[in-house]
Amino acid sequence: MEPTPSDKTAESEIAFQARIDAGETIEPRDWMPERYRKQLVRMMSQHAHSEVVGMLPEGNWITRAPSLRRKIGLLAKVQDEAGHGLYLYGAAETLGVSRDEMIDQLLAGVSKYSSIFNYPTLTWADVGAIGWLVDGAAIVNQTMLAKTSYGPYARAMLRICAEENFHKRQGFEILATLAQGTPEQRAMAQDAVNRWWWPTLMMFGPPDEASPHSAELMGWKVKPKSNDELRQRFVDLAVPQAKAMGLTLPDPELRWDEEKRQWRFGTIDWQEFWRVVRGDGQMNRERLRERRRAHDEGRWVREAAEAHEAKRRARAAAKIGR
Amino acid sequence: MTSENRLQRDLAEYSLRLGDDRLVLGHRLSEWCGHAPVLEEELALGNFALDLLDQASLLLESAGRLEGRGRSADDLAFFRDVTEFRNLLLVEQPNGDFAFTIARQYLFDAFDLHLSVALEASGDRPLASFAVRAAKEAAYHLRHSREWLLRLGGGTDESRRRMQAALGELWIFTGELFETDDLVRRLVEARVVFDPEALRGPWREEVLGTFAEAGLEAPKDPAWMQRGGRDGRHGEALGRMLSDMQSVARAFPGARW
Amino acid sequence: MSESAARDADWPLWEVFVQEEGGAAHVHAGSIHAPDREMALQNARDVYARRGRAASLWVVESSAITATTPADRAPFFEPAFDKIYRHPQFYKVPRGVRGL
Repeated sequence: MEPTPSDKTAESEIAFQARIDAGETIEPRDWMPERYRKQLVRMMSQHAHSEVVGMLPEGNWITRAPSLRRKIGLLAKVQDEAGHGLYLYGAAETLGVSRDEMIDQLLAGVSKYSSIFNYPTLTWADVGAIGWLVDGAAIVNQTMLAKTSYGPYARAMLRICAEENFHKRQGFEILATLAQGTPEQRAMAQDAVNRWWWPTLMMFGPPDEASPHSAELMGWKVKPKSNDELRQRFVDLAVPQAKAMGLTLPDPELRWDEEKRQWRFGTIDWQEFWRVVRGDGQMNRERLRERRRAHDEGRWVREAAEAHEAKRRARAAAKIGR
Repeated sequence: MTSENRLQRDLAEYSLRLGDDRLVLGHRLSEWCGHAPVLEEELALGNFALDLLDQASLLLESAGRLEGRGRSADDLAFFRDVTEFRNLLLVEQPNGDFAFTIARQYLFDAFDLHLSVALEASGDRPLASFAVRAAKEAAYHLRHSREWLLRLGGGTDESRRRMQAALGELWIFTGELFETDDLVRRLVEARVVFDPEALRGPWREEVLGTFAEAGLEAPKDPAWMQRGGRDGRHGEALGRMLSDMQSVARAFPGARW
Repeated sequence: MSESAARDADWPLWEVFVQEEGGAAHVHAGSIHAPDREMALQNARDVYARRGRAASLWVVESSAITATTPADRAPFFEPAFDKIYRHPQFYKVPRGVRGL
C-alpha cells in the first residue's frame, strides 16, 4: 500500500527532529516542516525590520550630536544597524520570501518589529541609554541565537554579534560621561535610564507561560533559551554596570538573592507591553509613517536603476546580434 | 607680522575652508539616515558622511592648532555662527530629492578628487599627507556618485527629469569652486597650494563628459555665479542647519560629552 | 497600500565572496541586492568589507550559481570517505626518508 502524504510527512518530521536533536545545522535546501519554515521567516524578518526601524530613534539625534566624536560614533552605529538589516533580510530570503514581500508586510502593519523602538528618544542621553540597555539586551538575545539550528540565521548572528559590542560600549561611555558631568547632564542621564529600563526588560518577551511560540521554538533549537532566562541574565549584567556609572535603576524591589546568586527584580507592567505591541505606543504610527514615506519616495530611484541596467543589457545583446 | 606667522594664519584659514566644506557636506549626507531610497544606499551615504566628517575633524583640529587661540575642532564646529563658516555654497544646499543629493555630491567629488591629488604635492607636509588619504576617499566617492548620475540620467523619464532639474539648480554654485583670492594667492606663492583655476579645465571635461554619457544636457553657464561662502556670506539654509547641529552643544556650554 | 504591493523594481540577488588579507581563498560572506555589477561591488564592500578586512571581493548573480542539493549529498560525497587510496596514510614509506 502506498504511504499517504501525511505518512511521508510524519516520517520526514521524525528524521528532521533527529537531526535537530543531534545538533545538526539546517540549511536552505534541506527538508523542513512547513511550520519551522514559517516560524523562521517570521523571526528573521521581524528581526530585520527591528534593525531598520531601530535606526530611527537614534538617527533622530545624529544631526544634534554634541561633539564630532559622538556624531561619528553614532552615525557608524546606525549604519551598522542598516547592515544588520541587510544580513537578516538576506538570511530570510534563503527561505523563499522576497525582500519586497517582507517590506510590504512591515509597512502594512502585518509583520512586527521590536516594540522597544516605539518609545521616543527625548534627549541626547537617550542615545546612551539605548546603546547600553537596548543593545545590551539585544546582545544577550543574539549570543543565544548564534547557536540557532538554521544555518543562515546563525551565521548572520555571528557577524552581528561581532559588530554589536562596540554599540553597547559606546552607549555605556556616553552615559558614564554624562553621569560624571554637570548636574544637568547627570539628571539627563538618570532620567533616560528611568524611562528605558522597564521597556528594555520587556524586550525579552512575556514570561514563558504566556508565550505561545516558545516551547515549539525551543524544541527545534531555533531559540535555545527561554525569555525569562535571558531576561535574568541581562539584569545580572546590567545592575553592576549601572553602579559603575553611578546611576540608579528605577526598581525599588531590586535585591541580590544570595542563594540563587542573581538579582531579583520587581514586576513588569505587562499591560503596557501589550498596549505598545498592539500599536498604541507613542511612536508606533510615526515610525511606520517614516518608513512608508522613505519607501514610497524611493520608488522612482529603484525603478531608474533597474531601467538603466535593462537598457544596458539590451544594448549589449543588440551588439552581439541576439 | 612675520611671514611665518602670516603663513600660519593663512594655513589656519585655508584648513577651515576645507574643513567646513566637509563638515557641512557630511552633515547634509547624515540627514538621509533612515530615509534613503533603499537600504543599500543607507550604508553608502552613511559611509561617505563618515569619511567627510572624519576628514573635517582632522582639518578643524589642525585649523584650531594653527590659529593658536586654544579652540578645539568641537569649539569650531559647534560654537561658531553662520557668518564665521567658510564652506562653499554648493555643499550647504539642502538635500532635496535623491537626484539633487547625487548631483551635489558628484559636482563636489569631481572637484575634491582633483583638489586632493594636487595637494599631495603641497609644501606643507601635514596638508600633503592629509591629501593622500583624501584622494583615495574622493576616488571612491566619485565612483559612487558618478554611477548614480549615469543611472538616474539614463534610467526613466522621471529620473532624468529630476536629475536635469537638479543640475540646473546647482550649476550656479560651481563657479565658486575655482575662485582665487588674496589668501590663496599668498599660499600659492608659498607653494602650499596651487591655483584652483588650474582645476577648472579638468573638472569641466570630467563633468561634461559624464553628462553627455548620461544623456543629460549640460547646464548653460549663467552670467554670474553665486559666491560668498569663503567670506561667510551664506544662504538662510545654513543657519537653520547649524541651529539643529549646534543645539545640544550650545545648551550645555563647556560640558564634556 | 495596494500601490506599493504592485511590482516594485526588481534588483537581482548576488552572492558575495570575500578574500581577507594574505592570499587566502575567497569565502562566502552572504548576499546583497543590486541592479547592476558596479553597485553589487560597492554594496558588497559596504556591507561585508567596511571594517577593512578584505583584499578582494567577488560578486556573482545568485542565479548563475549551480549547487548540489541535499539529495546529492550521498552519491557525491560519501564514497569519498571510503577511498582510502586518496589519503597519505594509505601509503607505506621507509622510515627516515625525508620529504615524503
